[in-house]
Amino acid sequence: MKVYTFESPEKGQITYSDGKRRLWLASMVYPLVALSGIGLYMATGSEWSFLAPLVFIYGVSTLFDALFGLDTSNPPEEVVPQLEEERYYRWLTYLTIPIHYVVLFTLAIFVGTQSVSLLSVLALAITGGIYSGLGLVTAHELGHKKSRLERNLAKIVQAVPAYGHFCLEHNRGHHRDVATPEDPATSRMGESIYQFVRREIPGAFKRAWKIEQDRLERNGKNVWSMENEILQSYAITAVVQLALIASFGWVMVLFLAVHNFWAWWQLTSANYIEHYGLLRKKEASGRYERCQPYHSWNANHVFSNILLFHLERHSDHHAHPVRRYQCLRDFPDLPSLPTGYFGMFVAAYIPPLWYRIMDKRLMALPHVAGDLDNVNVQPGQLDKLLARYPRPAQPVEAPVQPPEAVAA
Amino acid sequence: MSEGMGSTKMSCYQCPDCGYTYDEAKGDAHEGYPPGIKFVDLPDDFVCPDCAVRYKEDFVNLVGA
Repeated sequence: MKVYTFESPEKGQITYSDGKRRLWLASMVYPLVALSGIGLYMATGSEWSFLAPLVFIYGVSTLFDALFGLDTSNPPEEVVPQLEEERYYRWLTYLTIPIHYVVLFTLAIFVGTQSVSLLSVLALAITGGIYSGLGLVTAHELGHKKSRLERNLAKIVQAVPAYGHFCLEHNRGHHRDVATPEDPATSRMGESIYQFVRREIPGAFKRAWKIEQDRLERNGKNVWSMENEILQSYAITAVVQLALIASFGWVMVLFLAVHNFWAWWQLTSANYIEHYGLLRKKEASGRYERCQPYHSWNANHVFSNILLFHLERHSDHHAHPVRRYQCLRDFPDLPSLPTGYFGMFVAAYIPPLWYRIMDKRLMALPHVAGDLDNVNVQPGQLDKLLARYPRPAQPVEAPVQPPEAVAA
Repeated sequence: MSEGMGSTKMSCYQCPDCGYTYDEAKGDAHEGYPPGIKFVDLPDDFVCPDCAVRYKEDFVNLVGA
């Protein structure tokens, strides 16, 4: 195993080896689980087999999160520059891109050539959407980087789930506005995921389009040009999906419509759980306070993190967005989800269960201090929530956590 | 008129989080800021083009040439 060393004048020699180095291969091959249903069907002939990838993502991964528990390892800051430069890690993200295309094409060819029931077509389309939604995890890791290569690769992979505006919207919109009422990709306390999705999908698209339009106008270009980075990615989607429709006919229209929607719904699900109710305060200048690790919900479960390029170490990611996945850290006293993302998605789909799990956790956070004034509340829900969580008799000033206190 | 318009000195400004550097002499062609545009003349709502989590006023002046 590769060992990184650093000679520190104060601390002496620091050594580190990444215990998860080989485990990150799981993030690369994980999308292939989408094809397990087809494999089982070939072996057994039962169309129930198509449910296997869904059982894995929601059931098995949640069970394994409970079994394998939390990840206590963090790379020392002194070796992070070496770890960032290690090309092995970025090659894994590059190689994940063709896998997303293989998954989409295999499912589409199967649906287009095999005679299965309509319900099975829907199950395969939903499976494809969920696992193509993982393409946005790959795009997320690539799109946050500074190199032109990685940003272009992000455009190629976000074309699989037909979400060509993702990186622009996420990097320049969501990260700027996160944990504020203005962010369509931040959910509010008392807002169900079914309310959230109607705000999130159109709001995110409008924000991305405006950001790109402004950039192109500064360059003296029309927004309807091929320099529009959103349109570049959607052009790839159009070529791929029109070719599938031309090859396999109308069943592809149904398959791709469900596939695309479900991929977007995966992103909606992630956005919903990642910042629920969290609020950055406005400073006297009118700016929002700097995004701190406690403005994101973190999940430090080792199993689902190694399937998702560390996406669930979301607190460090938002505090330092360009940091590579292998370098993301956990910190004590973060807002923490009780299980990994897939288990939390299921909870989010049942709003009473979600509120039961999350509202108490939110109100108990140190920087919220039981005061709804420190929470991003859904308009119209404040009175109802105040009845359950009355303001403290003595207004409690949220403990001041100095900038970078936990993120330095 | 901002003070930057009258000055011919070129400086570099760096994002304290991710290290993105705005070099006034080069501008930032991708973002639509041609060479010679002073940092002070960038829009007030300018955020770091790479990480988007640092505002214009957070940037550090690196070189006062």
